[in-house]
Amino acid sequence: MSLLYPNSRREMEEHRFHPLVLILVPLLAIFFQAYLPLRFPSVGFLNVPVLVVIYFSVSRRSPIGGTLLGMIIGIIQDALTHLPLGVNGIIDCILGYLAASIGLRIDVDNPGTRLIMNFTFILLASILHVLILRRLLGIHEQWYGLHEVVRAVVNGLIGVVLFALLDRLRQRQ
Amino acid sequence: MHNECSLVSTSSEHGLLSSQPVAGLMESFLSRNRNPLMLLAVVLAQLLGLAVQVRRPTADNSSHQTRLIRYWVVSLISPFERVFLFVGHGVSHTWDDYVDLRHVRAQNQQLQAELNRMRLEQSALAEDARQDIRLQKLLSFQQNYISKTVAGHVIGTSGTDLSRVVYIDKGFDNGIRTDMPVITPDGVVGKIRAVFPHTAQVLEINDQTSGLGVILTRTRLRGILRGTTDGRTEITDILPDERIQPGEQVITSGGDQVYPSGLPVGVVERIVPDPEQNSDVALLIKPAVNLSRLDEVLVITQTQDTVPSTMQQDVSTSEQRAADVLAQRLPGALPPPDVGPDGKPLNANSPPPPVRPPAPLHPDRFTPGATPPADDLKPGAAYQKQMFAPQSPANGTTQPGRAAQPSTAVSKPTATPTSKTQQEPQN
Repeated sequence: MSLLYPNSRREMEEHRFHPLVLILVPLLAIFFQAYLPLRFPSVGFLNVPVLVVIYFSVSRRSPIGGTLLGMIIGIIQDALTHLPLGVNGIIDCILGYLAASIGLRIDVDNPGTRLIMNFTFILLASILHVLILRRLLGIHEQWYGLHEVVRAVVNGLIGVVLFALLDRLRQRQ
Repeated sequence: MHNECSLVSTSSEHGLLSSQPVAGLMESFLSRNRNPLMLLAVVLAQLLGLAVQVRRPTADNSSHQTRLIRYWVVSLISPFERVFLFVGHGVSHTWDDYVDLRHVRAQNQQLQAELNRMRLEQSALAEDARQDIRLQKLLSFQQNYISKTVAGHVIGTSGTDLSRVVYIDKGFDNGIRTDMPVITPDGVVGKIRAVFPHTAQVLEINDQTSGLGVILTRTRLRGILRGTTDGRTEITDILPDERIQPGEQVITSGGDQVYPSGLPVGVVERIVPDPEQNSDVALLIKPAVNLSRLDEVLVITQTQDTVPSTMQQDVSTSEQRAADVLAQRLPGALPPPDVGPDGKPLNANSPPPPVRPPAPLHPDRFTPGATPPADDLKPGAAYQKQMFAPQSPANGTTQPGRAAQPSTAVSKPTATPTSKTQQEPQN
């Protein structure tokens, strides 16, 4: 249980990470998002890169940093598709900014808070996704409400575990 | 007092810290790391601007152009995917090829029997195919045959359901070009959308930007198969027709100038009202290929309008093998073995001599060889009864155990003088 309950006394601290962690973890998330659906098609249900953006933004509590990180990860995600670059970039940088802003105000080390936060952000990502596709690109993307809610719940649960694992990579100050 | 003062000062410091605006924190952070951040921001902005704005032609110098950043990302991600694929295949091949070999012998026999059956079927179909080709030539009908393919492994996906693309480990250096069809033995997968030096992006048929000319095999209705946002495939704008039934096969029509005609695409799964045209229906198609579990694919790199030589060789081989298979099932159809003067096979490994019908005990005028040559017969002359001599093989050898029987038979007939004269040459 200690894995799921990090020390909450440091909740308002700005957590630091080794630069390699900041580079490798997002790349690994993108890699697994692209590779694992080949072996396990249901993995496509997850959105690991967005979870990583949320985690680092919340942990570093830097809106600009979260924005930049979200933009970079989102553009890399876009580059792997055949769609215009920027769809996921816009979504991820908005999420990164919001996550960093929330991290400045509330305790985000609590698993319950993380679950609600991940659920909200993944659902927001889906809404932004549909809005951008419909309004900016003119692509008629279907909106399946229940499907997106279930997806947000699953991603939220996965995010709680993922965040607990990533907590181990923090640098002690 | 001192303690109180310190407490007050500490709390006031905390209050200042907590109430310090975010902009202030950021300002101090920026002022402390101004130089490296500025350098990073400028370099990153320029790189991103360059990557987004610059379009470079694809590796095959076609009209398609790809953004520079796509090259970078694919070049960065694909090596990892290759390594994972290599390791995974190594482990699975080691297991499959060296460890897990149970039932292989039985499976081999079963496959051999199936191969024989297929050769017989192919042989039977070969003549139909030849006739079809002749008719096509007569009608000047252009038919494209697959003459060359390149096999590739699927190494990655786009990572999102919105973009149904996969990456394969073959690229420009392997002869892959844009718009080449990608198939599996089960059916159509999609087409090449972007080509990189060692990697290629395949747009699957269930992507919503994909389009494919198809034809229904039984009703011969033509249409365009498109992908939907949820990853299904459908044919829209079809007039309601009672003949269309679920289960009907869908194949490529060849009209899109990308896919050769006749490739299996899928089967009709359901018929639903067209959401955009109330008077029409849409056919939901179940793809012949499991697009979510692709492993190996074939890229059609070359087609031709004549039957490829390899296919001709396959057909001729099948016909020969089909004859062998039939010969094994029908012993009388075996070719004559090499036998010596004593009737025994020269080669010990050669099959035994074929079974021939026994010599007749009572030869008559219907016995093969009993009728005199046409040169010896005179027009209008009365038919003369003949003495029937025993039949001897053309090569002068007699079959063991059977030569004595006819000689006893020739002593029985009531021979006339003329028949004796005809018998003289044989004596």
